[in-house]
Amino acid sequence: MVRASPTSMSATERLWRHPEPKRRYDVVIIGGGGHGLSTAYYLAKNHGITDVAVLERGWLAGGNMARNTTVIRSNYLWDQSAAIYERSLQMWEGLEDELGYDLQFSQRGLIGLAHSTGDVREGMRRIYANRLNGIDAEWLTPEDVARVCPIVDISPDKRYPVLGGAYQPRAGIAKHDYVAWGYARGADALGVDLIEGCEVTSIDVAGGRAVGVGTRRGSIAAGKVAIVAAGHASIVAAMAGVRLPLQSHPLQALVSELLEPVHPCVVMSNTVHVYVSQAHKGELVMGAGIDAYNSYAQRGSFHIIERQLAAAIELFPVFARAHVIRTWAGIVDVSPDASPIIGPTPVDDLYVNCGWGTGGFKATPVSGAVLASTIASGNQDPLARPFSLERFTSGALVDEHGAAGVAH
Amino acid sequence: MLLITCPWCGPRAEIEFKYGGQAGVSCPSEPDAVDDAEWGRFLFFRDNPKGPFDERWVHSAGCRRWFTAVRDTVTHEFLQEER
Amino acid sequence: MSGSRLPAGGRIDRDRPLAFTFDGVPYAGYDGDTLASALLANGVDVVARGIYTGRPRGIMSAGSEEANAFVHVQWPRGWSEPMLRATQVDLEDALAARGEPGRGRLVDEPSRARFEKRYAHCDVLVVGGGPAGLAAALAAARSDARVILVDEQREPGGALLGARELIDDVPAIEWIDEVTRELRAARQVRLLTRATALAYHDHQYVLVAERPREPLVEGRLWHIRARQVVLATGAHERPIVFADNDRPGIMLASAARTYVNRYAVCPGRRAVVFTTNDSGLSAARDLADAGIEVVALVDARDGSTVTGTVGGECLEGALVDGQTVACDLLAVSGGWNPCVHLFSQSRGTLRYDNDLAAYVPDRPFQATYVAGAAAGSMGLAECLQDGARAGSRAAAAAGFGDGTAPPVPAVAVDGHRTGRVHPLWVVPSTTGSWDTHFVDLARDATVEDLRRATGAGLQSIEHIKRFTTIGTASDQGKTSWMNASAIAGALMGVADGATGLPTFRPPYSPANFALLAGRDRGDLHDPIRTTSIHPWHVAAGAVFENVGQWKRPRYYPRDNESMDQTVLRECAAARTGVAVMDASTLGKIDLQGPDTGEFLNRIYTNAFAKLPVGSCRYGVMCRLDGMVFDDGVTSRLEQDRFLMTTTTGNAAPVMEWLEEWLQTEWPDLRVRATSVTEQWSTIAVVGPQSREVLRALAPSLDVDAAAFPFMTWRSADVAGVRARVFRISFSGELAYEINVPTWYGQSVWEAVMAAGASLGITPYGTEALHVLRAEKGYPIIGQETDGSVTPQDLGMEWIVSKTKWFIGARSHRRADTRRDDRRQLVGLLPLDPDDLLPEGAQLVLDANQPVPMRMVGHVTSSYRSAALGRTFALALVNGGRALIDTVVYAPLGDRTIAATIANPVLYDPENRRRDG
Repeated sequence: MVRASPTSMSATERLWRHPEPKRRYDVVIIGGGGHGLSTAYYLAKNHGITDVAVLERGWLAGGNMARNTTVIRSNYLWDQSAAIYERSLQMWEGLEDELGYDLQFSQRGLIGLAHSTGDVREGMRRIYANRLNGIDAEWLTPEDVARVCPIVDISPDKRYPVLGGAYQPRAGIAKHDYVAWGYARGADALGVDLIEGCEVTSIDVAGGRAVGVGTRRGSIAAGKVAIVAAGHASIVAAMAGVRLPLQSHPLQALVSELLEPVHPCVVMSNTVHVYVSQAHKGELVMGAGIDAYNSYAQRGSFHIIERQLAAAIELFPVFARAHVIRTWAGIVDVSPDASPIIGPTPVDDLYVNCGWGTGGFKATPVSGAVLASTIASGNQDPLARPFSLERFTSGALVDEHGAAGVAH
Repeated sequence: MLLITCPWCGPRAEIEFKYGGQAGVSCPSEPDAVDDAEWGRFLFFRDNPKGPFDERWVHSAGCRRWFTAVRDTVTHEFLQEER
Repeated sequence: MSGSRLPAGGRIDRDRPLAFTFDGVPYAGYDGDTLASALLANGVDVVARGIYTGRPRGIMSAGSEEANAFVHVQWPRGWSEPMLRATQVDLEDALAARGEPGRGRLVDEPSRARFEKRYAHCDVLVVGGGPAGLAAALAAARSDARVILVDEQREPGGALLGARELIDDVPAIEWIDEVTRELRAARQVRLLTRATALAYHDHQYVLVAERPREPLVEGRLWHIRARQVVLATGAHERPIVFADNDRPGIMLASAARTYVNRYAVCPGRRAVVFTTNDSGLSAARDLADAGIEVVALVDARDGSTVTGTVGGECLEGALVDGQTVACDLLAVSGGWNPCVHLFSQSRGTLRYDNDLAAYVPDRPFQATYVAGAAAGSMGLAECLQDGARAGSRAAAAAGFGDGTAPPVPAVAVDGHRTGRVHPLWVVPSTTGSWDTHFVDLARDATVEDLRRATGAGLQSIEHIKRFTTIGTASDQGKTSWMNASAIAGALMGVADGATGLPTFRPPYSPANFALLAGRDRGDLHDPIRTTSIHPWHVAAGAVFENVGQWKRPRYYPRDNESMDQTVLRECAAARTGVAVMDASTLGKIDLQGPDTGEFLNRIYTNAFAKLPVGSCRYGVMCRLDGMVFDDGVTSRLEQDRFLMTTTTGNAAPVMEWLEEWLQTEWPDLRVRATSVTEQWSTIAVVGPQSREVLRALAPSLDVDAAAFPFMTWRSADVAGVRARVFRISFSGELAYEINVPTWYGQSVWEAVMAAGASLGITPYGTEALHVLRAEKGYPIIGQETDGSVTPQDLGMEWIVSKTKWFIGARSHRRADTRRDDRRQLVGLLPLDPDDLLPEGAQLVLDANQPVPMRMVGHVTSSYRSAALGRTFALALVNGGRALIDTVVYAPLGDRTIAATIANPVLYDPENRRRDG
């Protein structure tokens, strides 16, 4: 099947229109990133709701969607997480055909390395849980790791040697910008208005109901409003008097120059803290943890970069002479249990989809589909129910931070 | 690498410190008197402003004292530090 | 073969010839050459190929803006490096290089090269050692400020090295040498050459990558905190975009000039110069003076343009206003882009300057001055004045001098780079096709790509960059972004300068991974922590495991034992004889003050305020969300003094926790906390015979059960060393933990071993430790807990006070935290007593259900037990305590293990063994 792509489009093929915003829509989506765009697409595609506007304050999908390290996987521990991320992976598997757009989606596999007996135990726990949830997962010995990814240094005298790894063969990567444009193009073709340069400055609430938004391009009335603004979710929600348990932090990433293919899969290590893949074009794509302080600056501190490069060379000595070409950062909205918040808010007809933190890219398809179904039906989509705001009252958190503490 | 001024030790590099999030949030004095929703708000909800933020730091690799600072979360400028 | 070496001149040292190879062919050059200048001198035209088109490419610049000549270098010192720009490779003897067509090759090779990090502070950091930077550094240095001057090249001088300017009527080189001498001699000045400033971060933090010519130091990363920064980073000439503008032989006009003046290289014999501004004229003059025939001077200001080129592997002619002019060198000047990268990284804003047709710095955000071409001051006289002004003002702002700019030497006005730039970005296609109008040579990206991007409706330069990939290669868009922005703007019909540039991000220049990693590699990647008894463990052949940063003995194999055999032996010794373990890594916190008891009451779920002096108590602490955080035994040493122990991994987090509560919530409590983890060695002597060993070591101590009861401690001399001995047991056996100052750890350990030798005393490690405690159903933090487990889940209702407030109490009353089907700690006994459940295995009640299965828990710990003579496990199971005797299943994929749920305390549930 021929799929459109930036390298094959002609000079007259539009990706999306640039309409003036109308003064009213059935649904207004605040935030034109991956999740906002996929929400709009599925509202139109799955539910026939096309009177939709996606309002993006900057350039479309210029937030975290343009900055992430493109890892796609579904090997989460808890049933609730496994369900939603696995649905997402299944959607990824048909997404290029669905959108008719080249996404450079590559299921090249992902290894989560273990460097201690604790890592091994946690890895096995996740593998067993994944398998019983119908998600592909296998344990790799260090020799297996070297077979799957020959450039990993499995020598036993490293500071933290590789003791094995948890492997998800169906995991992989995709090209983030193309995913955004694929969804944008699809939504636009179905009649959704994508409005760039349209910062939302207020949310109008009347009688406990969201009735519209004020923007830099005028007021827009709405039947329903959805906040899909990632790192800015707190700011936008506050406009409607809704408080969210989020903290916004920088998440940095970097790329190397283009290299001949050398790294065949995605590798993550919590202990030797870094994750790396090699994009189709040839660059190494790398990331690690957040900067600890709160920030909306889309930049972080450089010692985070230095540390993750030391980690990268520990795991992959062959990377030593590669070069960093570019570093940058996004703004990740971190929730107390590292799980998203999806669903209604105390304000009627106001929905929120946020808190994906450092792991939102992989959820791009399912996040939109689930929010779309929630908005369309007025009921929490079953996949989203465990991720309601309510859990912070009951205590039913879905803690995906991993095991806390190190034992004897 | 931010430059953070410890009120006791003076300006030091960021890696000497640990971040403590929003300042001025006290444990409710009567935890048993608040309902689950309010307790949940104390446990999990913190301000997340875009702009000046009243936050805590501790000088872990130095005097190990906690202090508060006002820092702009967009420009990263420190506007104030206090014991 | 168009290039050649001039018989005289240049800043090369003809007394030091160098031999090198390129693509396997041997050539000669001189010290002072770059690989690029040496290749040109040898008439090498084709250096690499277009990444997608495969078109031949040559050298188009003389500096870091090189977009074509990517090479893989095998350095004589023994390592290799991909994707370097030939223009930035300083020639060395025996260097071997080859062209790299767009993608680098990583070579797996051991290397003794070292990368270092340095940290420095200064009053004024000057970035760039050209005329403006030298003038700035000089002005600042003379005010006695601490100055650091960094320059990317091997010697200062910047653009002056490639030109033939006169300063005070003598060649500029003399002024450069004089200034450099003064700076090197100045006491407060550090001058770094071969040093590229990579990044200008928040709070005046600048990173500089130095490539010192030192035998074993390949790179040095400077982290500089500067009170004031002067950016004298110069400007990059930009090309003009026209059809077939990529052939070998086409280069920037200033580069052609630099090759002639600085390297004594003629890049060609017959030249056409195509320019939009006066600097092209200066270049043409220098080429002509070197003997190159300048056959055409195409000045866009007169409406003349080059519409295309012809040639095979390299340039043979230029199409000037429709006529083919034979040439082998086409020197192009589209204008100058001030190097605003660092300025923009520092959050300074830019504005578009119509005269320069370029972006210039507008408002700085930090303490930044910009001088010279970087600020848009293109003439030499302006550069010197800018620099002097910036340097003196920066010094004054840092508290040195009064900010008056010193006088600068005289410069003849030369129109070198002054004057208006005619904004010609692209010469229209004469064929209707745009796919050889290259905008980004390194990405083979053309005007056709820009047409498709704007045709797709993309309006933001960020979108356009991502769609076309312009500026994303190793040259980082230094010669392509401005043209792309302007051409895209023209395609969209907006004014020049309206489209803007993509965000500038660090590093300014590609930076080696290993440079940024520095020394944090191998054993230095993370500190290795060992106890003072470590040498004994090593000598005894212990197999170690990493527990956080600590190296802990996991087991001590004898002969050819497997781990399983060793652990069974060690456990048996602990339960039937006497065994010994190094427990020094556990956290220890000394707490003093009259309110310590009250403090512990709030920290732990159980009460400590009334613990008698001399007694010990096991405690559990929770976080505010009610989840178990850590556990350990805390003892009252004196009325107002306690010793708390924590798990190994949580020693620092618990210390931080205590300090946070004391300082921020309860400053009224009179308590002082001190970490003493490393001050004490802890030797655990365990087993029914442990009393005999202790008796032998501490003859003055009454070790009878009545005199020294369980969960008390005594002060005593053990092996002649003042010690605290705690009767604590993590195994359920009679046991003593001997604490001595760390200095005595190993000697006391050896004394213990000697005292127990006749009893067959056996050292044991963490593995046996885990089995012994599991047999007693004791949870391990981080194994039976994962941050979502409460004390009640662990079956520890008894430790949770019903009367006092403690951290976590309120959370235990939440709806979800009170559910009775929460995961609860239970034991598991496989139906086959020899079958070992894997740790982490998930549990189901119905093994035959289809996937996705409903899981009811997982195995947290699983071992073979010498004492029980069978396998057993601990697990967390939903509502497990109500399921005792129920069978659960662990589907493992290839088989399923069935096990009965049991009480987690499988061994000696009445604790009869405790007293020995």
